Amino acid sequence: MGQRIVIDPVTRIEGHAKISIHLDDAGDVAETRFHVTEFRGFERFCIGRPFWEMPGITARICGICPVSHLLASARAGDGLLAVIIPPAAEKLRRLMNLGQIIQSHALSFFHLSGPDLMLGFDSDPARRNIFGLIEAEPQVARNGIRLRQFGQEVIELLGGRKIHPAWAVPGGVRSGLSQSGRDQIRARLPEMLAIALDAMERLKRLSERYRREIQTFGVFPSLYLGMVGPGGRWMHYGGKLRIVDQHGQILIDELDPIDYCDVIGEAVEPWSYLKFPYIRALGYPAGMYRVGPLARLNVCTTMGAPRADAELSELRSQVGPVIEGSFYYHHARLIEIIAALERMEMLIEDDDLLSNDLRADAGVNRHEAVGVSEAPRGTLFHHYKVDEKGLITYVNLIIATGQNNLAINRAVGQIAQSYIRAGRFDEGILNRIEAGVRAYDPCLSCSTHAVGHMAMEVELYDARGTLVNRLAR
Amino acid sequence: MAAKTLTIDGHLVSARPGAMLLETIREAGITIPTLCHLDGLSDVGACRLCLVEIEGQRRLQPACMTTVSEGMVVHTNTPRLRSYRRQIVELLFAERNHVCAVCVASGNCELQRLAALVGMDHVRYEYMSVAYPVDISHPRFGIDHNRCVLCTRCVRACDEIEGVHTWDVSGRGIDSRVITDMNQPWGTSTTCTSCGKCQLACPTGAIFPRGVTVGERPHASERIALIVEARKQRW
Repeated sequence: MGQRIVIDPVTRIEGHAKISIHLDDAGDVAETRFHVTEFRGFERFCIGRPFWEMPGITARICGICPVSHLLASARAGDGLLAVIIPPAAEKLRRLMNLGQIIQSHALSFFHLSGPDLMLGFDSDPARRNIFGLIEAEPQVARNGIRLRQFGQEVIELLGGRKIHPAWAVPGGVRSGLSQSGRDQIRARLPEMLAIALDAMERLKRLSERYRREIQTFGVFPSLYLGMVGPGGRWMHYGGKLRIVDQHGQILIDELDPIDYCDVIGEAVEPWSYLKFPYIRALGYPAGMYRVGPLARLNVCTTMGAPRADAELSELRSQVGPVIEGSFYYHHARLIEIIAALERMEMLIEDDDLLSNDLRADAGVNRHEAVGVSEAPRGTLFHHYKVDEKGLITYVNLIIATGQNNLAINRAVGQIAQSYIRAGRFDEGILNRIEAGVRAYDPCLSCSTHAVGHMAMEVELYDARGTLVNRLAR
Repeated sequence: MAAKTLTIDGHLVSARPGAMLLETIREAGITIPTLCHLDGLSDVGACRLCLVEIEGQRRLQPACMTTVSEGMVVHTNTPRLRSYRRQIVELLFAERNHVCAVCVASGNCELQRLAALVGMDHVRYEYMSVAYPVDISHPRFGIDHNRCVLCTRCVRACDEIEGVHTWDVSGRGIDSRVITDMNQPWGTSTTCTSCGKCQLACPTGAIFPRGVTVGERPHASERIALIVEARKQRW
């Protein structure tokens, strides 16, 4: 008898989702779907607002990565003003984004995925959470909390608050960095780097234990999209876009964000509120691509930071030039934290950071602009059109998790097929399916432009669509 | 003429004859919320936040429109008044789209301050959620009707202080809206001198300098009284 398993809600991710797994008459996996069940409507209700307000409004899409929206939006705003913003503003924005990458990645690795990785996928679900981690591995948990706190502190030092700072604006930023703020960041960097390197070593040691997961968590060829800087250096703000294929061949390089529409299409499916972006040249769904930490590592030539480069080389030497498995998103996140800390070390010595020349002033000089930032979860596009006075007439937001939607679906399918046989499954297996989703660190609040908490539920349906079993948290 | 003596919240207070109750209450050091009142402008008694109870009168009276009289016994902070004031503020929030989190006046807004003052932890009325337009046709300023509370301080500042009467109110009841000239885009107004007094007078983020972002609009309504005083004194 065919069955359908539904995991609803999916836990320890940002946003609301459920997973349904259809089993055939033999009890093997026939089809899986990752449904995003949130709806938000930012693209509609921003219409009619002055574009100067857009960074403040769109930052509210997410409490985890408001900075990414802030920066992509402010950058689109720079484009509408047609200004080159003061160098200090550019560098300060970059500094805040590094803080954002560190805090968000720390949250994903330590708080959300840490319980799976450190305690085990089959460990007691009642303790498989941050509190269980604090009990079992207090030092690891403490490190994770401190690392995240550091990232948040950098954001607060610049923007005045940790969450939703209304700081980056069209034309620049609203306030600079104080000398004491700079000293504070500088003083904490060595400890943070030590924490990141320690986490990297721990993850490498765990890799042996999770060999099967590494081989089954979304290992498939896909395209990768990410931002790179001059010379193909790892970049998170202010660079150009690059797309590579499954062999690491560059398909598209030096793509100006304004031209994204020519390259990226967006498909819609009736069973999800999340759109499905794809690379036009390959069509839908063959044009599936991934973004985020793993993609950024696959598109960049170098990390531009010595310790991160050493880690990337080591990983590439083990896995190959293109890292395909979604499990490696965890490795990629830690390498990015290391790179972000190293870049911060370099950036913090730049005296431009203390400048008071922070904001360029202009009227509406262009009616259309695209702003891109590398959010922790991947490339974020804000595309605006305005009327001659500067009121928004069109908004399109392409969010990292949306771009990973096809790949997440595929990963869910692969894990389910690998673990569910003859209709048999247990909580640990369902947790692995969730963990496959978690590896992407999806932010569904962002991607559906939602309030709420993450939770996961699995339902099992037979071939006639009757609910047979249900597991919920 | 002899000063008037009255009792406010149990305290004996003296006031000059002809003084308004609102200024007498404030001079006595008692806090009373207002919104449509602005020092330097005439009063219209529109917002009803300064309503007080006067012994011997059944109806509540707006302090800004009531002249003091001898022996008056006034209560400014009874449970009934507190309940009404909160209700009034909630209705203001329900009527238009006051989203503090993304408002240019957040942190510098009289409506926001009032909500805190009256203890508005939530709004009990259904939001009307009507989409009002934003007009940023003026080269220096913008008006967002979503944030307008129809206090008419802009109308009075423009008429009484600048003297050009660019602003007025059109429509009735729920359809009321502040307008410029003959209900045309502000940028096409032929009377507006771009002096910015309307923006100074505005208690919320409804009138704002173009280009400001969240929380950036300063609150400087007290400058209206300063202008009036400076003119009187020929500083």
